[in-house]
Amino acid sequence: MAHERVQVDEFLPLPLATFHILLALAEDDRHGYGIIQDVAARTDGRLKLSAGTLYRSIQRMLEDGLLVEVRERPAADDDERRRYYRITALGTAVARAETARLNALVKLARAAGLAPAKA
Amino acid sequence: MYAALLRLLPASFRNEYGSEMRAVFARKRREVSGPFGLGLLWLATLWDLLATAVRVHAELLAQDVRYALRSFRNAPGFTFTAAVVAALGVGATTAAFSVTDHVLIRPLPFPGPHRLVKLWQDQAALGYTRMELSPANYRDWKARSTSFESIGCWRNVSVNLSGSGEPERLEGQGVSSELFPLLGVQPLLGRNFTPEEDVAGAAGTVILSHGLWQARFGGDPGVLGRRLVLDDAPYEVIGVMPPDFRFPRRGTQLWTTARFQEQDYEDRTNTFVYGIGRLKPGVSLQTARAEMSLIAAQLERAYPENAKVGATLVLLRDEIAPQARLMLKALLGAAVCVLLIACTNLASLLLARALVRRQELAVRTALGAGRDRLLRQLLTESLLLAMLGGALGVLLAFTATPLVARLVPTSLPIAETPTVDLRILAFAGITTVVVALAFGVAPAWRALRDVDAAGLREGSRGGVGGRRERLRGALVMAEVTLSVVLLVSAGLLIRALWRVQAVDPGFRADGVLTMRTTLPLPKYQETMKRHRFYTTVLDGVRALPGVQSAAYTSFLPMVMRGGIWKIEVPGRTDAPGEGVSVSMRFVTPGYFETMGIPLRGRDVRDSDTAESPFVAIVSESFVRQVWPGQDPLGRPFKLAFFDRTVIGVAGDVHVRGVERESEPQVYLSSRQVPDGGVIFYAPKDLAIRASSDPAVLMPLVRRVIAQADPQQPISDARTMADVVQAETGARTAQVRVLLAFAAAAILLAGVGIHGLLSFVVRSRSQEIGVRVALGALPRDVLALVLRQAARLTLAGVLIGLVLSYAAGRTMQALLFGVSPHDVVTFAVALGVSALMAGVGCVFPALRALRVDPIAVMRAE
Repeated sequence: MAHERVQVDEFLPLPLATFHILLALAEDDRHGYGIIQDVAARTDGRLKLSAGTLYRSIQRMLEDGLLVEVRERPAADDDERRRYYRITALGTAVARAETARLNALVKLARAAGLAPAKA
Repeated sequence: MYAALLRLLPASFRNEYGSEMRAVFARKRREVSGPFGLGLLWLATLWDLLATAVRVHAELLAQDVRYALRSFRNAPGFTFTAAVVAALGVGATTAAFSVTDHVLIRPLPFPGPHRLVKLWQDQAALGYTRMELSPANYRDWKARSTSFESIGCWRNVSVNLSGSGEPERLEGQGVSSELFPLLGVQPLLGRNFTPEEDVAGAAGTVILSHGLWQARFGGDPGVLGRRLVLDDAPYEVIGVMPPDFRFPRRGTQLWTTARFQEQDYEDRTNTFVYGIGRLKPGVSLQTARAEMSLIAAQLERAYPENAKVGATLVLLRDEIAPQARLMLKALLGAAVCVLLIACTNLASLLLARALVRRQELAVRTALGAGRDRLLRQLLTESLLLAMLGGALGVLLAFTATPLVARLVPTSLPIAETPTVDLRILAFAGITTVVVALAFGVAPAWRALRDVDAAGLREGSRGGVGGRRERLRGALVMAEVTLSVVLLVSAGLLIRALWRVQAVDPGFRADGVLTMRTTLPLPKYQETMKRHRFYTTVLDGVRALPGVQSAAYTSFLPMVMRGGIWKIEVPGRTDAPGEGVSVSMRFVTPGYFETMGIPLRGRDVRDSDTAESPFVAIVSESFVRQVWPGQDPLGRPFKLAFFDRTVIGVAGDVHVRGVERESEPQVYLSSRQVPDGGVIFYAPKDLAIRASSDPAVLMPLVRRVIAQADPQQPISDARTMADVVQAETGARTAQVRVLLAFAAAAILLAGVGIHGLLSFVVRSRSQEIGVRVALGALPRDVLALVLRQAARLTLAGVLIGLVLSYAAGRTMQALLFGVSPHDVVTFAVALGVSALMAGVGCVFPALRALRVDPIAVMRAE
């Protein structure tokens, strides 16, 4: 699906929480708590999203069309109350664009001699 | 617990994500252990929820504001009308409140103002419950009372400042050394008076007002220690008061010490001292009153002159005429009426608009917007509208300040204009919010109630007939009622004003130019010296072009209201504390001709000197009271220590102003003022009857006076017509303000009727079309529309008339004898209301007549 370049660019730069939620949903549909856990695991516990931040971001992202709520649940989960979220094509495009933007930034930093020592 | 905290969030957000957030919280709780971890979790959660709530609310608000602004842009007519209506309401209320607050509510600008008490002699037998004190009574009250921390006094002093620069007449006060400390004020520069400076014979010291310091001395701090010549005596400047110190009233230019002479204490009937006390902490006004009554009773027994002299104690704050108080309350009431009308009008406007927007709201509901979300949206809109109107209203109120400032009585030690400060702005803000809620909630709630019902059906006509129309009808009726009340009140006050203006003051004011030349002592101590001055001035003035006559008098009527003396009449005995009091004036020949006061018998002559028999001219009311039905000419009576013979009878003059009864008047010859005695009454007011323009005449008169005495200042130059007009100044201002309010009210009510009928016609166009198609005549269509308007107007007017009568009764003290059920006023108010209703009907009626049955049917 070809999203207008302009439309995608409007989201950049992404708020940190939004970017992490997109990353968490890139692989799989997840419910709210699942996102919190995934983000925490991905960042070695450095970023723990609070419930408020999470759902405020989710509301925004739903309105903006970066996410959708999905009705079908993975077989493993039988908790009726849980709501699952899925990344949309626009969401993916925006996450890619943000990655590209960060990448370009890193290149600029390297060119300026600010490259971190290779681990 | 967590669920309760969730209520911080907007309902729309909470409903969507509340249960999810609870689930997340439950999981987190399971993961922590120990009381420390739990506490940390709670803290973090609390912070998270607060931050989220603020952000989500702000986002919603921004959204709603954007949406509201867009919808205002789409309906500029509605927005403009609503803002103007709100502005009128908020503006009127804020303006009225700013004056009322300034005069009645705000504490006086002194520390502990509720303990400051004004002391008066109570001489109810003579008709005065607030009489100045005699120095002896002041001294005794001060010595005997225990309720007060301190008692001080002041006396009116007006002095001629001469020496450097133009001679100038200055109004000041001679104060006791206790006064400023008692009030709790400090000079801005220099120091206060010492007790040693407040004794007879002490060297003269003076404290300047900030205004005089700026105007006359250019704000030079080096003024301290300067010597001034006041009434030919030396005074040293020892201080300058701060700019906001106005005591006892604004316009006071300087303060010296009271310096009572030994002879001042001799006569207890000579009352000219103003007393003030500061109550001891914890002592109530009642206690002090009881004590002072007791002391007054002791003095009554001790001194026969003190017969029937009691004590009146009034809080300084309450030193304001009951009429002025009533006036302000009437104004505030009127302003609240305008506000109420504005609110009902806005509610009505929004109700109509809510109907127009039914489809829009229904669409939004269908798209998933919750009901409380929409309610919030609608309230944001009305709040924005009210804020727009409120801002306009505050502007309106502040531009109206010069008009309302004339309602501030001069008798209080406060500034002339109310200050624009946070209090007033806060009041305007609160009014605005109240307005927004008052007119916003009901329409919003109603709009939402039947959104689900029928909103989406194309062309639905719901909402007409039944309860909604009844509500709007009731609102319009209320508007009519309130505007009738305002109209009648304004009308009654206009009638009262006319009646006051029609009062014959007893003299012909037009064509008379007046000014004051107070001759300083001791230079003009001798009557002969003054006589020479008067003769030189009057001869010079009479020779000026256009001047018909000129004369001097002690005090012009209405310029000075007091100067009252007891008389003794041979063969008449009065109980102590009773008897005939008269206003006493010394005049030069030609006074009656100049003032246009009718006179029979003869005028005073230059030959009526201290060596010849003492003569008097008395007023008609004097004759009626003292020698009813007899010829007064040639009869003797005693006044101001001497026997005097009546040589003429003059017409009665309203010395105390047109709205008050005056004592009988007695005029004496200016040459018979005893040397050095009753010097206060030495003629000082000059009256000139002339056909020439006062502006042209004035410089010529100044030159004449300067030739007579180059050191002599002139003050209070104005026409007698201005003096009379100033009498009704407060009344005129009040009528203007009330008329403006009434006009706003009637306009708003007209807009209300127009709005209601337009709406009825629009929503019933189908019905009208069908009727026309079935053969209804234009007459029938008109009847359909107008019947409702007539019914509402009639009901509103009827209730209004009843309430007006009640309002009139409340204001009776202001009506100057106009009946609170004055038929003419009521008839005019009725006519204006009918006219307003008629005008409001015109356009909707025309639109109803133009309904095209075919077009209406086709649209369906």
